[in-house]
Amino acid sequence: MSKKKNAEAYQKTFAFRFFRWLSGEKDPYTGTLEMHPQKEYQPDREAALRHEKEHDAIMDKVYDTEHNRWLHLFHRLYQTTSVLFCLFLIALLLVTVSYLPANGTVTRPVNNEVSARYIEKGLEETGAVNIVAGMILDYRAFDTLGESHVLFVATITVLILLRLNKTEKDEAEVSDRRFEPKNDAILQVVATFLVPVIIIFGIYIILNGHLGPGGGFSGGAVIGAGLVLYLNAFGFQKTERFFTEKTYKWVCFFSLSFYCLAKSYSFYTGANHLHSVIPKGTPGAILSSGLILPLNIAVGLVVACTIYAFYAMFRKGGF
Amino acid sequence: MDFICNFPFFSILLSLFSGTVCSVLSAKAARIVNRVVILAVGLMSAALLFYLLSTGESFIYWMGHFPAPWGNEIRAGVLEAGMALFFCIIMYLSMAGGAHKLPSEVVESKHNLYYILVNLLLSSLLALVYTNDMFTAYVFVEINTISACGLIMIRQVGRTIEAAVRYMIMSLLGSGLLLFGLCIMYDLTGHLLMSNIKESVELIVANGEYQVPLIVSVALMCTGLCIKSALFPFHAWLPDAYGYSTVSSAAILSSLVSKGYIFLLIKIIYRVIGFSVFNSTRMIDVLFVFGLMGMIFGSLSAIKENDIRRMIAFSSVAQIGYIYMGFGMGTQAGMVASIFHILSHAATKSLLFIAAIGLTDVSGGSRKFVDLTGAAYRNKWAGAAFTVGSLSMVGIPLFSGFISKLLFAQAAVQVEGKMLASLIVLGISTVLNAVYFMKTVIRIYTSEPEAPYEGITFRNMRAYAVTLVCFILLNIILGVSSQPVVDMIGQGLAMFA
Amino acid sequence: MGPNLLANYGEAVSAILFCIGFTNLLLQTNLIKKIIGLNIMDSAIYLFLAEKGYIAGRAAPIVADGITSTESYINPIPSGLVLTGIVVSVSVTALMLSLTIRLYTRYHTLDLDEISTQLKREGR
Repeated sequence: MSKKKNAEAYQKTFAFRFFRWLSGEKDPYTGTLEMHPQKEYQPDREAALRHEKEHDAIMDKVYDTEHNRWLHLFHRLYQTTSVLFCLFLIALLLVTVSYLPANGTVTRPVNNEVSARYIEKGLEETGAVNIVAGMILDYRAFDTLGESHVLFVATITVLILLRLNKTEKDEAEVSDRRFEPKNDAILQVVATFLVPVIIIFGIYIILNGHLGPGGGFSGGAVIGAGLVLYLNAFGFQKTERFFTEKTYKWVCFFSLSFYCLAKSYSFYTGANHLHSVIPKGTPGAILSSGLILPLNIAVGLVVACTIYAFYAMFRKGGF
Repeated sequence: MDFICNFPFFSILLSLFSGTVCSVLSAKAARIVNRVVILAVGLMSAALLFYLLSTGESFIYWMGHFPAPWGNEIRAGVLEAGMALFFCIIMYLSMAGGAHKLPSEVVESKHNLYYILVNLLLSSLLALVYTNDMFTAYVFVEINTISACGLIMIRQVGRTIEAAVRYMIMSLLGSGLLLFGLCIMYDLTGHLLMSNIKESVELIVANGEYQVPLIVSVALMCTGLCIKSALFPFHAWLPDAYGYSTVSSAAILSSLVSKGYIFLLIKIIYRVIGFSVFNSTRMIDVLFVFGLMGMIFGSLSAIKENDIRRMIAFSSVAQIGYIYMGFGMGTQAGMVASIFHILSHAATKSLLFIAAIGLTDVSGGSRKFVDLTGAAYRNKWAGAAFTVGSLSMVGIPLFSGFISKLLFAQAAVQVEGKMLASLIVLGISTVLNAVYFMKTVIRIYTSEPEAPYEGITFRNMRAYAVTLVCFILLNIILGVSSQPVVDMIGQGLAMFA
Repeated sequence: MGPNLLANYGEAVSAILFCIGFTNLLLQTNLIKKIIGLNIMDSAIYLFLAEKGYIAGRAAPIVADGITSTESYINPIPSGLVLTGIVVSVSVTALMLSLTIRLYTRYHTLDLDEISTQLKREGR
């Protein structure tokens, strides 16, 4: 049985709009998409000339090869010696490699009692199914504590270099609006679908760090990538509503403090041969393996915020 | 285990944690936290030093619930505790001496970031001093590098940023080599803890197996740390970095950062490779030659320099040459002399940087020697301090530099093949040191009645003057009562084995 | 030449890559190329470490079916070291890139020699 729609109802259907768009009668994005008309290129002749002249003068000074035979010779020598140096280094290391124990065999010195205990007792002693996670967050946790502080100190240096003060920030805002696309509809639609998926995937990786491949660093990087995609699609005005410099500061502070204090407790009890009250749980369950899961979450938060902070700093010099 | 054995762990974690805390504090609170942390760590290290001197034995501290080849460890002996104490003293004095300049050098909103960097630098230095694990050492070497880079470029003028780039490039080359050497070493031994690696290395040497990779690995690690500590041909970044960064940064960088790497190298030589194995490689001759070249060329560059802070920076290149010359001698005495020189150079160089800023401040901010004429009369305390530092650098008795030169000379006499070369270069270098330091001292004490600059009185710079007095006292203590310090170094080295 | 060059072909490749990266970082004048060199160098080291952990015919070190015998898994230590190393190299790369951005906005060039010349001309 077929029912005939009247013309008015038909015009509301998806099919009608789709065919209209297909035949090019109407662009659904007119009026919703922000479009910048291309400005005619108007070169500032004087400034360009001045800049070019300055540049030439410097280049002449740095690479005055025509008038300076020595410099010319030096550049030649530099190139040859760098290639020779590289070849020498390669030869040296290849000889070294040729004397190393053969790859892939069991009898190498690397496969000793250390790795044996990690594999055989790892599940029992740390409660983590993922032996690598158990190793870096329990057996050798001090390295990993240092490593998250490497990331922290790197963000601090990036903040020192690129963070702008109030007036500079407004200028940066203007130039950011000029150079970066705004409200790109394709990007926005794709981002609406992808960002939740990416972030949920990141959370999954973090929460399963002790059960399978993954962990705080990789999961945090995935979440950070999701945030960067969101920022690219919707711009700073949207992200500012939930992520400002304050958010970054406090999230990092709480995660790193938790990390520091939790690990201090475990180091202190370990070194003084005290009993640690943190339960190991049943291996394989999501709530197991003692401190590894909370540590993974803390690390994941720090890494996600750091990745986003790096991107925001590189792009605009602020959040 | 006594409770005091927790102190190395407390000091590392306290300074790491205070770095995180400073990120949410105001500049003023961050400054107080920074001072308190340095003081607390210093006190703990002092207590630990006395404890270790009374027991006479080093101890191992588990970082976690697992024993030797499986978990991380730190280790404390007399030398480690002494170094930690000394680093804290120098760092506290450097921060105090440069505090009054900080507002004019760094933007107000970035002050708390500055203290974060200092705290993390302290924690990484402590970790490098105490660690007993090669990979932990690598991670903290990176923290050290990045925070040092931050300290260089926090005063944002073109020169410092360029210097920071050059510093980073050199440091990254160094860490790349260090990491590669470490990986080869791991492949040969299967361990990452220093004591376990040493056992395996002894086996390897006894069996005669894997000789080539062992030597290459040692060479890579050594070269990496030499590059990072600015040994002579790798010092291009140094004058700009020390010459234009903030005062406290310059003092800390010159006296502590490179010394942290050198101390790690000492640890690697003694606790990873073994002193005798290290001496049987050709590496010590290379270190010796580059050390000698650094002593001469560093001083020559310093003589040519017309800028007081860059001159002091170039003098650092020469002094690091001394330290590596001591390594290159390949004897216990040479090593003791080198370690003493680490102390004496750290005390003197930070003093010079802090004093130099007092002199340039009363000369209209200019660092050129022409403008510095008579500066010592305008700022008497800084003038006196600079003179003490210069005399110590030249090696006049009563000051610490004399003792280290004496120890170097004594060590050189015991080495057959290298005696002549080291004594001659030591002599030449002393003369060159005297040329440029005495030139500066005479210049600042040449009275110039028509100087356009105003002097400064004690009342206006109390904290600064007190800092300078502390520095001078430290220098004289090292110079006059050197015997206990030398004994302690010997005892610490004996604990390393 | 030792006996194991062919067996260690993975390590050989990583050694060559390391040298290429090292030379790039040391001798290129363009800052971005230097950073690329740095990343090649670091990745080469991770390749080297990954080769160290490999044992022919064994699975990744994630306990499957409750089997915890050394016969079934590769060495987990190098994997952990690589993880740590990667984070370090990310941090360092970010720092180098931001330094480059600062220098570029100020001097409009990526050439380190050129920047030095401009600095000397500024005379500060």
